[in-house]
Amino acid sequence: MIMNSLYYQKKLSRNVGDKFFTSLSVFCALIAILPLIFVVTYILIKGGAQITPELFTLEPNPPGDDLDAGGINPALIGTLVITTIASIIAIPVGVGGGIYLAEYSNGGPFSKFIRFGVNVLAGVPSIIAGVFIYALIVSTKILFGSMYSGFAGGMALSILMLPTVIKTTDEGLKLVPNELRYASLGIGASMYTTILKITLPTAFRSIATGVVLGIARAAGETAPLIFTALFSYYYIVGFEDLFYEMGSLAVLIYNFALEPYDAQNKLAWAASFILVISILTVNIFSRIFAAFTEKTKRV
Amino acid sequence: MEEKLTLFKNRKRFGIEKNIDLIFKNTTLALSSFVAIVLFGIILVVFFQSFESFSRYGLNFLVTSEWNPVKDEYGAFTAIYGTLVTSLLSLLITIPLGVGTAIFITEDFVPKFVREIVGSFVELLAAIPSVVLGLWAIFVMEPFFREFFVFLHKFFGWIPLFSSEPAGRNSLLAIIILVVMLLPIVTSIARDSLNQVPKKLRNASYGIGASRWKTIFSVILPAALSGIMAGVLLALGRAMGETMAVTMIIGNSNVFSWSLLSPGYTISSMLANQFGEADGSQVSSLFYAAFVLMILSLVVNIFAQWLVKKFSLKY
Repeated sequence: MIMNSLYYQKKLSRNVGDKFFTSLSVFCALIAILPLIFVVTYILIKGGAQITPELFTLEPNPPGDDLDAGGINPALIGTLVITTIASIIAIPVGVGGGIYLAEYSNGGPFSKFIRFGVNVLAGVPSIIAGVFIYALIVSTKILFGSMYSGFAGGMALSILMLPTVIKTTDEGLKLVPNELRYASLGIGASMYTTILKITLPTAFRSIATGVVLGIARAAGETAPLIFTALFSYYYIVGFEDLFYEMGSLAVLIYNFALEPYDAQNKLAWAASFILVISILTVNIFSRIFAAFTEKTKRV
Repeated sequence: MEEKLTLFKNRKRFGIEKNIDLIFKNTTLALSSFVAIVLFGIILVVFFQSFESFSRYGLNFLVTSEWNPVKDEYGAFTAIYGTLVTSLLSLLITIPLGVGTAIFITEDFVPKFVREIVGSFVELLAAIPSVVLGLWAIFVMEPFFREFFVFLHKFFGWIPLFSSEPAGRNSLLAIIILVVMLLPIVTSIARDSLNQVPKKLRNASYGIGASRWKTIFSVILPAALSGIMAGVLLALGRAMGETMAVTMIIGNSNVFSWSLLSPGYTISSMLANQFGEADGSQVSSLFYAAFVLMILSLVVNIFAQWLVKKFSLKY
């Protein structure tokens, strides 16, 4: 009879409690993955059904005219243009700032303050970035007298990208072993040669992964664009279009989802399909890439 | 022999090389200070733009809910209340769900590859743009929950929170979509802090005969608490600033109501809705509202960072 205490007893209150909480935790995990599955399935089904060659080449028709909604070419190009502008601003500034934090600063109050500022800037709501650019550029017409413009949109997005780029550069450079720096400085290289030729190339992969994820995130941002870049129904043909209203996939989804017409709603689903598929692809590939580099480093 | 020594001795850096080095250093210094400039720029610009409205309404702006561009009367109480209620209630639902999921990922109930798949699914959810979640909420989630809301009103209508007839988009839907958006944040930060708890704590607890969940509740969760708290605060900041999905599903009504089943407003959805078409003193009032939102999220964020610094790496 005494031996019984050595065996697992199902009805003991601690074992019942354990079972209960374990199933509760499994339940939580199930609920947590449901949204992704539902969202992706709906976008694949509803958005995938709308994909036609014309979608990529036509302008969207203004809502209400007819049953044919047209395509999303201007928005697609607009997203590419605005994201490119944002990257052109945010990547040099962010990488440069990250280099200072990781290579030059010695943990003094200035670098502490900048690191703190990076975290705070990362927490600023995205719509505030739009409000800021609106006050700075759109309402003052400082850019050659143009108000809403693709350029302003790109600047708003760059504010959101900046903290990500600085952080990944800072952390990527910190992972580079100090021996490499000593070796380079020891054979007489100057500090900037060491950084540009040794440490940056070594950290390139991790920095590039972080930056690409930041770009993917910015491509889906809507809030900073709705009153900086606004929206446009027309093709982007030349350089001067940068200084006029510019459409983007994200704003197209927002505008057309709220239209009462079915044709526009379908266009919003199609745009979501393209946006989500490209963002998920970038995410999954950079994840695989990161896992791969981690494995090769250990060998 | 002599010659070789002088060869080493005389090798000095050229002036131009030194200058390039210095220029490079100062350029990176300037670029890193850009962060501070942008941050202060945002705060100052938003503050000065809101000055007109601030001097006219003062703090009354925060407690009145009149928003009438025709009569030029502005008060943001409905939006501020909506921001706080949607973010806090969604957080209340997200915390147990997210921490539960994080425990599932860090414990060994199921084989490792299953947990890894669940983990990356949750993280991929964070990559979905919020405007797409808003689209999904309008066309899939709202019809799905419609019957449930009618039921909720029928049986729990005596609670002020459910006291109005459900009609289309409302605050409760905004809370649900916020839960979806906050889950990845809370889960991934909770997972990281649970992973950082040293194995010896767990082994010691098992060794004195504690069961698995006794260990989790009394040893592992308390040890990871500060990290989880910081994650929760970051999620709160995100929830308050979240714009697109909320704007698309909350109904955008400035009429104050206690009921979650009636359309509401948040500061960010007010900005998204009105900024493009506003003029005159409405712009200044919108900047005032933006300033309030910014202060709220700054306070939450700074508190979260302080918490991380104060309590991290205790073990």
